[in-house]
Amino acid sequence: MDYSWDFGPVFEHFDMLALGMLNTVKIAVVSIVLGVLVGLVLAMMRLSTRKWLTIPALVFIEFYRNTPPIVHFFWFFYALPVMLAISLDPYFAAVLALSTQSGAFYAEVFRGGIVSIERGQWEGGRALGMTHSALMRRVIVPQAISRMVPPFIERSFELLKTTALASTLAYADLLYQAMLVNAETFRPLEVYTTIALMYLVLLVTASQLARLAEARLTAYQ
Amino acid sequence: MTGKPILEIKGLHKRFGDHHVLKGIDFTVEPGERIAIIGGSGSGKSTFLRCMNFMETLSEGEIWLDGTRIGVEKKGTVTYPEKQLCQVRERLGMVFQQFNLFPHMSVLDNVMEGLVTVKGMSKAEARKTAEAELAKVGLSEKHDAWPGLLSGGQQQRVAIARALSMQPEILLFDEPTSSLDPELVGEVLRVIKQLAEEGRTMLLVTHELGFAYHFATKVIFLAEGVFHEVGTPDEVLKHPKQARTQDFLRRFGEFAF
Ligand SMILES: Nc1ncnc2c1ncn2[C@@H]1O[C@H](COP(=O)(O)OP(=O)(O)O)[C@@H](O)[C@H]1O
Ligand SMILES: [Mg+2]
Repeated sequence: MDYSWDFGPVFEHFDMLALGMLNTVKIAVVSIVLGVLVGLVLAMMRLSTRKWLTIPALVFIEFYRNTPPIVHFFWFFYALPVMLAISLDPYFAAVLALSTQSGAFYAEVFRGGIVSIERGQWEGGRALGMTHSALMRRVIVPQAISRMVPPFIERSFELLKTTALASTLAYADLLYQAMLVNAETFRPLEVYTTIALMYLVLLVTASQLARLAEARLTAYQ
Repeated sequence: MTGKPILEIKGLHKRFGDHHVLKGIDFTVEPGERIAIIGGSGSGKSTFLRCMNFMETLSEGEIWLDGTRIGVEKKGTVTYPEKQLCQVRERLGMVFQQFNLFPHMSVLDNVMEGLVTVKGMSKAEARKTAEAELAKVGLSEKHDAWPGLLSGGQQQRVAIARALSMQPEILLFDEPTSSLDPELVGEVLRVIKQLAEEGRTMLLVTHELGFAYHFATKVIFLAEGVFHEVGTPDEVLKHPKQARTQDFLRRFGEFAF
């Protein structure tokens, strides 16, 4: 192979890629925050003893677990606006897709953490005269959180990678910006190698941060 | 013993589905009584204790505390408001076979937890009380330790201190030494003995028959879902009248020397 690498044209457009990376981080962070909220609500519904709460949550969760992520992006971008007779910009559609998807998975992470706490912990607290809510707040949730951290982080990494699908809605994320740069430079090898490395740096950095957080949240174990 | 009962149980039944575990138990606890409950594994000893503080729902029956019936009766059905059950549990301390300490809290925080969260005590006051309770079980040195790093005997003593901190009127012990290595049993039994000497009212489910003999004012042999034999330690443990009690004790004494 006598291809001669030339990153020059790519670096000339590095500002575009940097903007893309910023947008990727932005949409990921916003979607994680909203996804946590969705996940908390769904998890509480799933943990409830009332069927009219558990069943809708279960349907929601199973729907997301058993459909391809890109379909959710298309649905929110192309289908939802028809239904509501509004128009959604790519950013909002992508955030909706990402946060509902991750919410469905976070819900299982949260619920799994809660139900993993041994019966004895409930009994120890109840025997002291603690109310259900005090017990949750003081005993169950603090312990559950440290068990939720590893699967939560794993799920969030999944989300970070899934943000690339937002490019299909013309949201200016890292991948989309790369496509623009490529169209101008005709240097696919250099462009896509560069953004692969940028994704790598992003994820490795995030995983270092996550490891710090994990160490703090699971200290007593 | 004479005196007004603290706790009274009338016609207690407990079923798990088709499994009829407790079949009509009437029972009273008077102040200062120390009641040992013995019986085979699966005979319902834990279930009985757990019904007393409503860790299990009763299938039938009534529980009275200080002359007041627990539960609210409305149109023939009895409900148990959470608030009331919490008050009952506060008054009946419980110590478990598996300790059930909170692993994410230090030893001192474990003992303070009920005082702060349930009794609404200030942290400073709770700390003083908790320190005193820990001193009593000989664990003043371990305030800041994580429970998970203590020996089983130490963990159980923390659990006893945690239960005591709430100033319960009755203490329920469910096989407090059954999960301990043999050499650690003594330190826990010594603490329980000390509580007996203070005149506390206690129920103890145990397989330590020797301890039960010296500890108890009354011994109950639970079998087939009923109190098969009830009496003084001497009556039940030394001179049992019922064939089934005799059989149980014989099997227990099999390897004694
Ligand atoms: N939560 C439960 N659900 C179903 N069966 C139970 C439950 N708890 C206890 N049992 C059954 O009730 C019986 C009595 O149990 P338990 O009170 O734990 O006995 P013991 O403490 O005397 O060993 C056992 O047969 C046990 O399997
Ligand atoms: Mg038992």
